[in-house]
Amino acid sequence: MSLLDIRHLSKTYPGAHGQTVKAVSDVSLTIEAGEVLGVVGESGCGKSTLGRALLRLIEPSAGEVHFGGKDLVKLDRRAMTAMRRDLQIIFQDPFGSLNPRHKVGTIIGEPLVVHRVGTQQERKARVAELLALVGLPDNAADRFPHEFSGGQRQRIAIARALALSPKLLVADEAVSALDVSIQSQIINLIAKLQKQLSLSILFISHDLSVIRHVSDRIAVMYLGRIVEIGPAEEIMEAPLHPYTQALLSAIPRPGVGRGAGRIVLEGELPDPANPPTGCPFHTRCPKVMAVCRTVRPELAAPHGALVEGRAPQSQVACHLYGPTP
Amino acid sequence: MTQTMANPLLSIRDLRIDVGKRAILEGVSLDIHAGEMVGLVGESGCGKSVTALSIMRLIAEPPMRVSGGQILFSGTDLLGLSEKALQKLRGDDIAMIFQEPMTSLNPVFTIGDQITEAVLLHRKVSDHDAKARAVELLTKVGIPAPAQALERYPHQLSGGQRQRVMIAIALACDPKLLVADEPTTALDVTVQAQILDLLDRLRRETGMAVLLITHDLGVVSQYCDRVAVMYGGRVVEEAPAEALFARPRHRYTEALLATIPAANPPGVELPAIGGTVPPPGQRPPGCTFHPRCHAMVEPCPKTMPELVGDTHKVRCWNPAS
Repeated sequence: MSLLDIRHLSKTYPGAHGQTVKAVSDVSLTIEAGEVLGVVGESGCGKSTLGRALLRLIEPSAGEVHFGGKDLVKLDRRAMTAMRRDLQIIFQDPFGSLNPRHKVGTIIGEPLVVHRVGTQQERKARVAELLALVGLPDNAADRFPHEFSGGQRQRIAIARALALSPKLLVADEAVSALDVSIQSQIINLIAKLQKQLSLSILFISHDLSVIRHVSDRIAVMYLGRIVEIGPAEEIMEAPLHPYTQALLSAIPRPGVGRGAGRIVLEGELPDPANPPTGCPFHTRCPKVMAVCRTVRPELAAPHGALVEGRAPQSQVACHLYGPTP
Repeated sequence: MTQTMANPLLSIRDLRIDVGKRAILEGVSLDIHAGEMVGLVGESGCGKSVTALSIMRLIAEPPMRVSGGQILFSGTDLLGLSEKALQKLRGDDIAMIFQEPMTSLNPVFTIGDQITEAVLLHRKVSDHDAKARAVELLTKVGIPAPAQALERYPHQLSGGQRQRVMIAIALACDPKLLVADEPTTALDVTVQAQILDLLDRLRRETGMAVLLITHDLGVVSQYCDRVAVMYGGRVVEEAPAEALFARPRHRYTEALLATIPAANPPGVELPAIGGTVPPPGQRPPGCTFHPRCHAMVEPCPKTMPELVGDTHKVRCWNPAS
C-alpha cells in the first residue's frame, strides 16, 4: 500500500462573472514510503494548490486523500490536527514563514508544544538535535530570524518541519527564492535528510533541473491536470507529452549554447477560468490533431511508444499515444 | 562577436559607487559594442543591478554616490551630463526594461497612451503619427491584433505580453543600447524563451546593443556574446560566452557552474560553495571570494587581484587553467 494515495482530487474556486476556476482537476497519484515525487509546471498549473489541498491547508472540493488508513478529507478538525504530526510543509519564502518576534528555538520547538510532546527539558534537547541536523550552530536557538540569511532561514523552516518526525514532507518551491550557491546547499540538505530519515517528499517546483536532481518520479502539470507522470529518468530522457518536451527544451542550460533543437511554444497559459475544450494544451501544441480540440485525453499508459526497446512505465494524457492515434 | 575592433558604444571604466564611506561597487569596467548582447551575471548583492542603474544615472543619490570612474557612451562621459541632458538621453539613446512589467506600467492608462507618450516625449510628430508608430512597435514585439491592443489596460494583458509592451516602449525611439534588468525572471520558462528570442531577433535586426542583467547562467550561455561575472561589487571574470562556459577561470565562476543541478547527475551531492555572499559592509580584505574559495593561495586574504587578460579577463591569484 502506498504511503499517500490521492484519488480524483479537485479544487475549484468561484471566478469572476459566475465562472468556476478549476485550480486542480481530477488529480490521482500515489507516493510510496521513502519516495520523492517531483511536481513540475508553470505558474497557475495547480501544483501549489495540489500540495496544500492534500494537507487540507485549503479544503479540497472533491476527491480522496488516503494516508495511514484514513481518508484525510473526511477527518474532523481534531483528528486532522493529530494527523498533521506526520504531514509537514516547507514554503518558498523563508522570510514570510517565520515569526519575526519569536526566537529560533521557540519557532522550532512550537510543533512539539502544540502536540504536547515531551517535557520542557526534552523539548530543548530536541531543538538542539534538530539544529545540528540542519547544520545550524547551537546558539541559533537564542537568536531571532532576522539575524539569519535566506539559506539559514530555510534551514530553520526545515528543522521546524522535521520536529515531529513526519512521514511526508511537502516542499513547495522550497529552494526557488535562493541564490544559486545557496540553492545547492539546501538541495543537498533536503536530499541528505530524506535518505537519513526515509522521508517521503512531494517536491513542488517550476524548475525542471532541480526536480530532476531530487526526484524518483516526476509528475508534469498543466492547467490543473497531470499530463505526464513516470520515473524521473524516463520523463527527463524520453518525455512523451509535447508539453513536457517543450518544457524541457525551454530550459536554458549553461554551456549548451544557442538553441539547437529548441521547441519554443506559441502563446501563453490559457485562462484557467476558461480552459480550452478537449486537451487543455491543444492551443499551444505543435503536434495538435483534430481530435485534440474536442476530446480530452485521459492519463493512461502510452500505446505504441517505446523507451529503449521496452514499454515505458510513464503515463501520459495525449492523443498521440491513444489506442487509435 | 561583432565589431570588437571598433570603438565600444558603451564603456564603463573603473566605476566606483559609495554609500557613505563604504564602496558598494569598485573598479567595475565593461565595454559593450553595437549589436552585441552582453550578460552581467551574479548572485544577489553582487552589484549587477546597481551597475545597470548607474548607466542611466538611476541610482538613488543620496545615499548612493558615484565617487570615481567614467561611463562613456559614444565617447561622452555620462557622469558629466546635466539632468536635462540625461533626460534627453534616457529613452532616446538608452532604454531600460525591468523585471516586473506590472509595476513599470501605469495601471490607469491604456497601452496606447503609454507607448505614444514615449514617442511624443522624444520626437516632434503628430498624435496620428505617434499612434501609427505605436501599432508598428506592437507588431514588432509580436503582440497580436496591435490596433485593438492599444485600447487595453495593463491588467488585461498577461505577464509575457506586458513585458512585450515594455520592450515596445523601450524601442520607441530606436535606442542604441537596451539595458534589460532581469527581464524574464518573473516569467514562466516557456514565456521566458519567447521574450529572450524576441530581444535576440531585435538586436540582430536593428543593431541595438543589449546589456542583459541576470542571475541565470543558462540564459547567458544561450543568448549572450560576452559575459561579465560579478562578485562582491567587482567584475571577477569577463570573456566571450563560449570560452567562459567551456573554461571558467575564476574560482567563483568555476564553483558556480559546477554547483547547479543541471551540471550534475541526478541524486549526487552537489558540489556546494560553502558560506554566503558577504553583504557590502562585511566584505573581507583581499579577494572578496577567498573565505569561500577552495584554491586559496598566499596573497588571496591580503591583496585584491587586478582584472587581467586579453579577451578572457580574470581577477584571481590562482585561476583555473
